[in-house]
Amino acid sequence: MKRVIVGAHYGTRDWLAQRITAVVMAVYTIFALAVFASTPSTYEAWKALFAQGWMRIATLLFMASLAWHAWVGVRDILMDYVKHDGLRLALQVATVLLLAGYAGWAIEILWR
Amino acid sequence: MSSAAAKKQRPKYLSLTAILFQIRLPLPGWVSILHRVSGALLVFPFAAWALYLLDVSLRSEQGFSHVREYLAMPAAKLGLIVLLWAACHHFCAGIRYLALDLNKGIELRPARISGGLVVVVSLALTAFFAAKLW
Repeated sequence: MKRVIVGAHYGTRDWLAQRITAVVMAVYTIFALAVFASTPSTYEAWKALFAQGWMRIATLLFMASLAWHAWVGVRDILMDYVKHDGLRLALQVATVLLLAGYAGWAIEILWR
Repeated sequence: MSSAAAKKQRPKYLSLTAILFQIRLPLPGWVSILHRVSGALLVFPFAAWALYLLDVSLRSEQGFSHVREYLAMPAAKLGLIVLLWAACHHFCAGIRYLALDLNKGIELRPARISGGLVVVVSLALTAFFAAKLW
């Protein structure tokens, strides 16, 4: 029988996912700053910007990256500082619900 | 036999004042803990706030002007400055960690210099964006 004691490698996977999502968000941030800087600050221009398909998809990808990135980061913080198992689990569930809520809210805003 | 270690009072208990004033966290340590603090702040409440502002500003013409007036309030401005700092610090420190992950600048001296740069550049960027916004 093959027994795996350690080595699920989810740590490496999460670590890598956090870096990749960080790069996605960094690229979006630079891109969004450039786009915002060239958008007149009127409601029409603002609405027209977020009516574009590419802007919606890019923002959705940013939000998805944020949710994944933040999950890894917040879980790391909770694992380091919250010693009580029940409390940590409750906070982790709350984090997942919050981040899923953010993603849902973003979709609702973008495709209204 | 009297070594320096033997003369020290043991055990040493850490009081709050010791943690705050006696134990000196090195600069890269400050960058690290601030990366956590800024990250946590960005998850909550700032992401929720930003989504709320995006929601209202895209909802209607009135919503858009409401957000503009709302962000002109002193309390909202203060919140926005903290948000900007958290975002700038998390961004700059994050770039530094990506470089460190690639084994760039891991020697003590470059690591300290890059840590100082992160603090200074993120504060400068915060000031820049804050100035641009009003």
